[in-house]
Amino acid sequence: MSSTTLARTAGDRDVAATRATTPRPTRRRPDLRRWISPVTIVLLWQLASSTGVLAEDELASPVRVVTAAIDVTVSGELPEGLLVSLGRVALGLVLGLTVGVTLGLVSGLSRWGGHLVDPPVQMLRTLPHLGLVPLFILWFGVGELPKVLLVALGVLFPMYLNVHAGVRGVDPKLLEAASVSGFTPAERLRHVVLPGAMPSTLTGLRLALGIAWLSIIVAETTAADAGLGYMIMNAREFLRTDVIVVGLAVYALLGLTTDALVRRLERTVLAWRPAGPAGADR
Amino acid sequence: MSARVHDLVREFGGRRVLDRLDLTIGDGEFVALLGRSGSGKSTLLRLLAGLDGSADAGVSGTVEVPGSVAVAFQEPRLLPWRSVRENVSLGLHRDLGADTPAGVADTALAEVGLGARADAWPLTLSGGEAQRASLARALVREPGLLLLDEPFGALDALTRITMHRLVLDLWQRHRPGVLLVTHDVDEALLLADRVLVLTDGRIGAEHRPGPRPRDPDTLSALRRTVLDELGVAADAA
Repeated sequence: MSSTTLARTAGDRDVAATRATTPRPTRRRPDLRRWISPVTIVLLWQLASSTGVLAEDELASPVRVVTAAIDVTVSGELPEGLLVSLGRVALGLVLGLTVGVTLGLVSGLSRWGGHLVDPPVQMLRTLPHLGLVPLFILWFGVGELPKVLLVALGVLFPMYLNVHAGVRGVDPKLLEAASVSGFTPAERLRHVVLPGAMPSTLTGLRLALGIAWLSIIVAETTAADAGLGYMIMNAREFLRTDVIVVGLAVYALLGLTTDALVRRLERTVLAWRPAGPAGADR
Repeated sequence: MSARVHDLVREFGGRRVLDRLDLTIGDGEFVALLGRSGSGKSTLLRLLAGLDGSADAGVSGTVEVPGSVAVAFQEPRLLPWRSVRENVSLGLHRDLGADTPAGVADTALAEVGLGARADAWPLTLSGGEAQRASLARALVREPGLLLLDEPFGALDALTRITMHRLVLDLWQRHRPGVLLVTHDVDEALLLADRVLVLTDGRIGAEHRPGPRPRDPDTLSALRRTVLDELGVAADAA
């Protein structure tokens, strides 16, 4: 009896302590058991390559992939391609975010804006934007423009939809409270509507980043003379499956990195959400 | 005069919720409005607060309220992404003299016993604390009329007792006219100068529970009368 009481007091104190400090989730130590199966798979892959079950021109062995990664890094091929691809994604993101957020705000905030903006955007949204590649090549050639535009177009829709939904979804009870508290329209926008739309907007941003990487991969592997995708397509010509895998791995890492950045942004911007399962990841 | 309502009619799709209602709240008077659910008491409060948006259709009569009206709702309705202090100070545009909005907010928060939580996020407050913050937000506006829309309805019984004392205390210090909308008969009789019962869209009965502190015997007799007026059999309650 006494021991259970003690345990409970200690638990309560822990809860009180985490509540008092900033609600940042504590970093968990990596669980080594979760590494067993990935490592096994890589080992099996290496084994299959070494015994000749997996032919070199189908899929290079892990060891070959690692050496290839070092080679293309040292030769400068990878860093150059990476910079070009990053630049395209960054430009496309800026463009798509600007247009998507602006349109989302216009159609979310004003009734007429909604009537005018929402129908065409909703119609265009149903087009698979990656299917526009052939048209884009016809219109803009194979230069930088079609690639940047493809990223921008992919980013635009998730941003538009989430900003629009966020603005429209602001709790009307909070708007009422703001109006009886004497908020001016500008204060209402700044302190109620925009922060209220923020969680949904950040969800949109995470979706948009995923689509941005997808778009650049498609654009660069279709027609390009520089960039990561170009490195991959070039490697295909010479049956260098090791370099192809390196390129794919870099794409994956880039996607993971940008996603982690947005999660970090969420933790800062949405610090007001209570810590714990309900607020941790929504 | 804190508020004057004359000949007020409010209809929703042909159903008359308020029917030629008259109501006057004197300067610094504490009035409680009782009614069954759906009796229109919240409708009246929303009209007084200027929150009834469809003012052109279904409304007639006159509503006169002072320049500053503040509301505390049943849910505290704090902005979760602004600190408690900002929730109190934002939207404050009256002349503060040498003081700042943050300073005024801190004073009000100290007054409701929440001075230590001024920097906290609202979602970390307990129900009672959040309701105190909401009261502080109403107070800093120095309202001529304070509208309380069942502000203790969602609180536990013990917190409610503390909040009753706090509200009485704040009212005696600042003296706004108060309209407390509630369905808690005991609460109304305990707090208000005048208790009104809303029936069929009008003020059906009016009681003055007498000077404070109140005699329990008088209150329990009054309680039976009011419950009867509300259509609740006295022995059942």
